[in-house]
Amino acid sequence: MTDWDPSKPILEIENLSISFFTRLREIPAVMDFSCTVMPGEAMGLVGESGCGKSTVALAVMRDLGKTGRITGGAIKFKGRDLTTMTEEELRHIRGSEIAMIYQEPMASLNPAMRIGEQLAEVPIIHQNMPRAEALALARQIIADVRLPDPDRILRAYPHQLSGGQQQRIVIAMALMAKPALLILDEPTTALDVTVEAGIVDLVKELGAKYGTSMLFISHNLGLILDVCDRLCVMYSGEAVETGNVREVFDKMRHPYTQALFRSIPLPGADKNSSPLIAIPGNFPLPHERPKGCNFGPRCDYFRDGLCNARDIPMDAVTDHDRHATRCLRWTEIDWNAPAKVGKITEKLPPGRLVLKMEDLKKYYAVSSGAFGGGAAKVVKANESLTFEAHENETLAIVGESGCGKSTFAKVLMGLETATSGSIMLFDENVQDTPIQARNTDTVSKLQMVFQNPFDTLNPSMTVGRQIIRALEIFQKGNSDAEREAMMLNLLDMVKLPRAFAERMPRQLSGGQKQRVGIARAFAGGAKVVVADEPVSALDVSVQAAVTDLLMDIQRENHTTLLFISHDLSIVRYLSDRVMVMYLGHVVELGSTDQVFAPPYHPYTEALLSAVPIADTRVQKRRIVLEGDIPSAMNPPPGCPFQTRCRWKSQVPGQLCETVLPPVQVLAGGHQIKCHLSAEQLARMEPVITIAAE
Amino acid sequence: MLPFLLRRVGVMVLTALTLSFVVFCLTNLAPNLEKLARTEGSVRMSDEAVLSWIENNGHGGPMVMRYGQWLGVVPGWTRTDAQGVTRGRCIQGGLTAETAPRYCGILQGDWGTSTVFREPVIKTIKDKLGATGWLMLWVMLVMVPVSLIIGVLSGMREGSRTDRVLSTFAIATTATPEYVSGVILVVVFASATTGISPILAEWGWISGRTLFLGTATSAIDQITFWNFALPVMTIALYGIGYIARMTRASMTEVMTQQYIRTARLKGVAFHQVILKHALRNALIAPFTVIMLQFPWLLNGVVIVETLFNYKGFGWTLVQAAGNNDIQLLLACSVVAVFVVLLTQLISDIGYVFLNPRIRLS
Repeated sequence: MTDWDPSKPILEIENLSISFFTRLREIPAVMDFSCTVMPGEAMGLVGESGCGKSTVALAVMRDLGKTGRITGGAIKFKGRDLTTMTEEELRHIRGSEIAMIYQEPMASLNPAMRIGEQLAEVPIIHQNMPRAEALALARQIIADVRLPDPDRILRAYPHQLSGGQQQRIVIAMALMAKPALLILDEPTTALDVTVEAGIVDLVKELGAKYGTSMLFISHNLGLILDVCDRLCVMYSGEAVETGNVREVFDKMRHPYTQALFRSIPLPGADKNSSPLIAIPGNFPLPHERPKGCNFGPRCDYFRDGLCNARDIPMDAVTDHDRHATRCLRWTEIDWNAPAKVGKITEKLPPGRLVLKMEDLKKYYAVSSGAFGGGAAKVVKANESLTFEAHENETLAIVGESGCGKSTFAKVLMGLETATSGSIMLFDENVQDTPIQARNTDTVSKLQMVFQNPFDTLNPSMTVGRQIIRALEIFQKGNSDAEREAMMLNLLDMVKLPRAFAERMPRQLSGGQKQRVGIARAFAGGAKVVVADEPVSALDVSVQAAVTDLLMDIQRENHTTLLFISHDLSIVRYLSDRVMVMYLGHVVELGSTDQVFAPPYHPYTEALLSAVPIADTRVQKRRIVLEGDIPSAMNPPPGCPFQTRCRWKSQVPGQLCETVLPPVQVLAGGHQIKCHLSAEQLARMEPVITIAAE
Repeated sequence: MLPFLLRRVGVMVLTALTLSFVVFCLTNLAPNLEKLARTEGSVRMSDEAVLSWIENNGHGGPMVMRYGQWLGVVPGWTRTDAQGVTRGRCIQGGLTAETAPRYCGILQGDWGTSTVFREPVIKTIKDKLGATGWLMLWVMLVMVPVSLIIGVLSGMREGSRTDRVLSTFAIATTATPEYVSGVILVVVFASATTGISPILAEWGWISGRTLFLGTATSAIDQITFWNFALPVMTIALYGIGYIARMTRASMTEVMTQQYIRTARLKGVAFHQVILKHALRNALIAPFTVIMLQFPWLLNGVVIVETLFNYKGFGWTLVQAAGNNDIQLLLACSVVAVFVVLLTQLISDIGYVFLNPRIRLS
């Protein structure tokens, strides 16, 4: 390895093809993929699930499992071809020269081994370092990834750390041997946005400090813009566009990249005046790829006889820095033409009051200690929730995990009963009525769309049967034939072909399953729908279509939508009012414009700053929150946010530490739970500014 | 941990009381008592005589009171007959009505007298349990390591040749009940006319007529490889297959976990991945199964001890049941209940130590 010249690429993938072999057939996962990573460079791999980006990463590690095989091309790491190396040679490279950071930190750490042991293992294997020395190094690296109290963490088991801390440990583990190349496979997907911001900053800083090259895999374009120098957009096993990040973002030369950007909610998008443009059709299955351009069937610029005639090679874009696209027509397309505007709709005025919560509280009692016993503790999942929701309105409930938004949904649905306070649904008090005791009418009027469409459909019942079952429960229709007809209408409503009634859930894609979930929720003519992160498990191009569908149905049925989400981009796009929660408290409540513009609650400010935005024109003030969300079992005294608040010093005395702030009502009914004075709030600057072009 | 232990012991005592009461009721049903009367008294007793024998020997009265006496929380019965001789539950050995204690149940350490062995039940149980203890110890010593090794070896590379061979072996052994495998082992290794013994004897490789001994009676006095290997193997074979299957399932699942990939991509060598990362996680599930094997072994020894004529706990249980020995049967079931409950307690505690994520409450 000494003969490697640092001015040469650290990683060179040339025409790589990977296939998975099943008993039935060979399934090509990656075809003709090339990319080059220079020393110190961060390369982004973007694409939807199933496009082969993780397969590329695992191929670099040569860990494709029993069924995966590299069928062509070369992967050169520091000039040596990884594809021809023996197991033994690979073992010396893995962990010491190339390290990997994974998507789910909890699953990636050994649950039965102490953190210190897992970290120390790396230098013990690769450098024959004595154990004590390795542990000392581990302690130093833990401090490097900015974890508090390294000595305690060395002795801890993974489950004793929070998700963000676990991911920092995984990063620390990757850095133990100071690798030359770091592969990050969706490293922040499982984490909250404020935690994600911290991790991203850490990765960038460590990359600069150690000069490590990075291969950064993500489906989040905003993150790629934040972290990477160059990127490669993948679609259905092929790289479709590659180049400098800013060039690809601003002057994309492939229709897929363009469609992708048009389907994600950027600042400025609005559900009424400038709706998102979903990519039509579905992602092709690996064995059903079309001839010629894989994106052809979904492309606006498709030309028969040209795009589907033969395999399409990468073509260098002239005048650009190592920019290439897999499109035959890139020179003919007018890239500056504005997008076809979708249908513009009128905003419906909010109607009558349908839901009113007053001072709702939900506490849980839990015990601690390995063998039970220990002090019983009270988890205050929801503290004094007060808000109203009207007909036609979309109220977004925003907050990170553990803020109590799911508990709130459970109490509202009747899966739990409230500890105190009242919930008025239409003209009925439901806070003490569990779902079993609610009458059919109430149940069918209040429905839920769940986060994970993959788990919420019964795998052994046809789609049609499941919807009919919901109709039966809601006592809709007088005969089976009538219900059958209603079911088909519901399928029409969610824009699924009627033939899908006979299909099993496994035959559907994620977006289609979520449509079935929506059809089921609206089967009883729901008036209030709680959508718990309905699109977060879906790919970006599908998200736009499902979101639009929800909006359409809402407009037609005058539904009240309670949209629970952590994704502020989508919240800004579709909600009328926003409620921000932190540790069970509502810290801010107001219309979307009020919440997304100053004055902010300090937590909202940090949250907004943490969201990566895939727009090069956007300038953000970076506010990184230190530490983790405090445990709801042991909340800080006074203001719940005081442990992480950067404005605390501006409040006189010990007010923040001792007194729970009152709700200040600002102009336009905008509520903020903070001790800052109205003048201080008014002086806040916007987090996001869009630079003039 | 102490409150947890206290709670568990409380539950154990309650369970033991309930179960022993059920067994007490079943063994003290009227037909059993009648049979007892005829065997202890005279076979040709009239029905009235039987009834009075039952009454005079303290087997009359409400079931709960009799259970209380057996337990030792109700004063033992006394009865003075026409001749003025006072007999009673506690009046035995050299004791008279005046010197005998009021209570004499199992709480006082009095487990009654066995009608089959003509000796105190406590002595029978102690001796036989000791004998079975040796058998179980050797079975565990053979079964646990062998089954874990087979399970881990076949689970670490799912679908490989090793996996298929070992899995076939495991399924075959666990699908063969002891009374079949025991007979096969005896025929193959311990018969003077069939199997390998005649061949070996012909070649002059063994001095006796058979390679192994077909009975384990002599093992009561001294355990040797030749008299103990067959009974141990008979029980162990079944358990080996079962635990190996469990370990394999657990191991294959662990091997697909992401932290195993993490370890592999850290550059850890394959054998180290198995030993350091996979093993402890893979042993969590089989541990419970292994602890469950103890009570099951008590059950398994019934057949094997009878088959090999090894006078242990299982053999005693068969004798007691066959000869309507109520006191002995009761004692056997109490022992069985305690073995079950105790192993479950150990299993729960061990689980917490193996799996740092578990919190029992």
